[in-house]
Amino acid sequence: MDLILSAIEILMRWDVALALLAGSVGGVLIGAIPGVGPAVAIAILLPATFSMDPIVGLTVLLGIYGSSMYGGSIPAILINTPGTAVNALTTYDGYPMTARGEPRRALSLAYSASFFGGIFSVLCLILFAPVLAKIAPMFGSREIFLAALLGILLVVVAHRGQSLIAGALACFGIFLQTIGLEPVKYTSRYTFDQTFLSGGINLIVVVLGLFALSQAFVLLTSDDEKIHLTKLRGGMFQGLRELARHPRVASVSASFGVLMGMIPGVGEFTAQFMSYTYAQKTSKRPQDFGNGSSEGLIAAETANNAVPAAAMVPLLALGIPGEALTAMMLSVFYVHNVVPGPGLFQNQMDFVVALYLALLILNVLVLAFLLVATKSLIQVVRIPNRFLGVCILTLSFVGVYSLRNSVIDCILAAIFGVVGYVLKRLSLPAVPIILGMVLGGIMEVKLRAGMARVKEPLDFIDRPVAFILFLLIIIVLLVHMLRVLKDRKELKEAEWQTKTASTRFGGLMWRRRNSFLKDHGKKVRARHSKLLRRLTDLF
Amino acid sequence: MTSERERRFVGPRRGQLIFALGFVGLSVLLISQITTQTQWVEKSKFFAQPRFWPAVGLLGMVGLAGLHLYRLPWWRNTRYDWWEARKWLTVLEFTAWFMGYVLLVPILGYLPVTLAFVPALAWRMGYRDKQMMWISVAFAFAVVILFKSLLGVKIPGGAIYEYLPGALRSFFILYL
Repeated sequence: MDLILSAIEILMRWDVALALLAGSVGGVLIGAIPGVGPAVAIAILLPATFSMDPIVGLTVLLGIYGSSMYGGSIPAILINTPGTAVNALTTYDGYPMTARGEPRRALSLAYSASFFGGIFSVLCLILFAPVLAKIAPMFGSREIFLAALLGILLVVVAHRGQSLIAGALACFGIFLQTIGLEPVKYTSRYTFDQTFLSGGINLIVVVLGLFALSQAFVLLTSDDEKIHLTKLRGGMFQGLRELARHPRVASVSASFGVLMGMIPGVGEFTAQFMSYTYAQKTSKRPQDFGNGSSEGLIAAETANNAVPAAAMVPLLALGIPGEALTAMMLSVFYVHNVVPGPGLFQNQMDFVVALYLALLILNVLVLAFLLVATKSLIQVVRIPNRFLGVCILTLSFVGVYSLRNSVIDCILAAIFGVVGYVLKRLSLPAVPIILGMVLGGIMEVKLRAGMARVKEPLDFIDRPVAFILFLLIIIVLLVHMLRVLKDRKELKEAEWQTKTASTRFGGLMWRRRNSFLKDHGKKVRARHSKLLRRLTDLF
Repeated sequence: MTSERERRFVGPRRGQLIFALGFVGLSVLLISQITTQTQWVEKSKFFAQPRFWPAVGLLGMVGLAGLHLYRLPWWRNTRYDWWEARKWLTVLEFTAWFMGYVLLVPILGYLPVTLAFVPALAWRMGYRDKQMMWISVAFAFAVVILFKSLLGVKIPGGAIYEYLPGALRSFFILYL
């Protein structure tokens, strides 16, 4: 109780209240505009938050992260275009509801489900915080190194069908963070005798290039779309009543969100996929999924909104971000000399609980805002794409230039912007680069510290947590290899099936008979019998 | 006819081979420089060597990108690949706009350059009507007020502000 009271004391400031309001309203707006997304907004706002107190800066960023998914459901439901990438599954059931004249029901259900997911995860984590505070100190250098390695592996294998290039891009990120003056032996690495490279490549410059500038380029080179909005009819509170009729789907989906959010590199997509599959398999009307099922909508929205709070766990407890957005937030901690990790849980538990309470308040604010302002808010989806590109380009300048007032940073950001644009055009992931940069830096420091007391290789995993993490790494690799082998087998079978008409035994014998009866078959048989005669003559 | 491997490939075909070749080429070029660009320090453990982590990153890049290239279902660039490469080059125009903006701000000041940049780029993107021009100007003004005047982000005052009289000069340098 004392802990919660001291956390409330941290939040009882006018600037925190303002940050909560700005974060929640701003996040909803950003989420509602297709083509912007929380990553772009956080990347742009990051340098601006450096001058704020850690709690204020983090509240703004957390607000954007937590509320953008609420906003993202609006265009997903009304115009079949997800506002943020994680709202893609919302279009499956949200848009069919709009098409049959129930947009308000769909929106209200999405808000209610998101609210439930958000509140559920925050409450879980506040209750779970004391346990985390006990577990976190068990993580020394070796354990953090192994957890970071596990995080990178999970990010790479999560990109099914693209894991090779995702791995190569993660390694590119690891390489990027090594550029500059090495902090222990003071030797330069890949600076090519250029002074601007001796300080290294700033993470925020890369983030702004890969997320904000590249998105501006995508929008500037695309065409404007004509959008037809459906009029909203009906009450906005019906969703809460409807949600209460599906408590099982909502709570299981929120639990999936919490669990998947806590694992670095997994995140919203897996949580949504698992909860949607669960909801469909256990539903009395599975045929409705994809055609406007309320259970489907609840599963998708509850799961994705349960993730942001959970994603803060590896960041706060171990200092390991599991995805690009939390990786960006890590830099806010470093700027203010607050080092996330076991120490933060031991010494500043009130700060951690304050962050969770901020998320709790934020969810209430967002729901209240959306219930009142949805009608006016939906107009933001009308902003033309290319004009949005102009706006993002203008705002990106603030993000990059205000960092160090460096033209070189802007040139580097522009280069990474082009790289990000190419990656987007090719549907390749940019997130592994960011996580490679962040986790690569952590792994370098922790491996050096961890190896100092290791005499034999097995000493590295002689502690229980290290051993469990090592086992998890082996399991992830094995599962991935098995999946690759299975995919390969399926591919071979599919290739064989397209070459031949049928795979049945009867079909095979029929084709064999025909081949023997054809001229070529006869020639082959004659040759074989000749060779056989020669062979029998020998004996 | 599209083969099964091509059908199962994640993402579009166009430009993949050029990107993979470029990535592998860059990785090989970088790894070939490892002995000159990093150092091996005597009496230092293998994992603490300054060369260790660049080597991990670059070996991963060469190995995994090489495998990605080997596993690509296409080995020849078609005209669609070259069209895609040309499309990548079109964004250089916008990088030039961005760099022009960056270079002009320290000279002409944040507010005047933003007030000119946003409507000019909007005009270039085809928004010619009065309403959009006014929206552009309002947006530019709002950005400067929000970030420089209210949030106080570090953007230096323009050199041109030096010519303004006393109090106005300080106000412009600090807030606009």
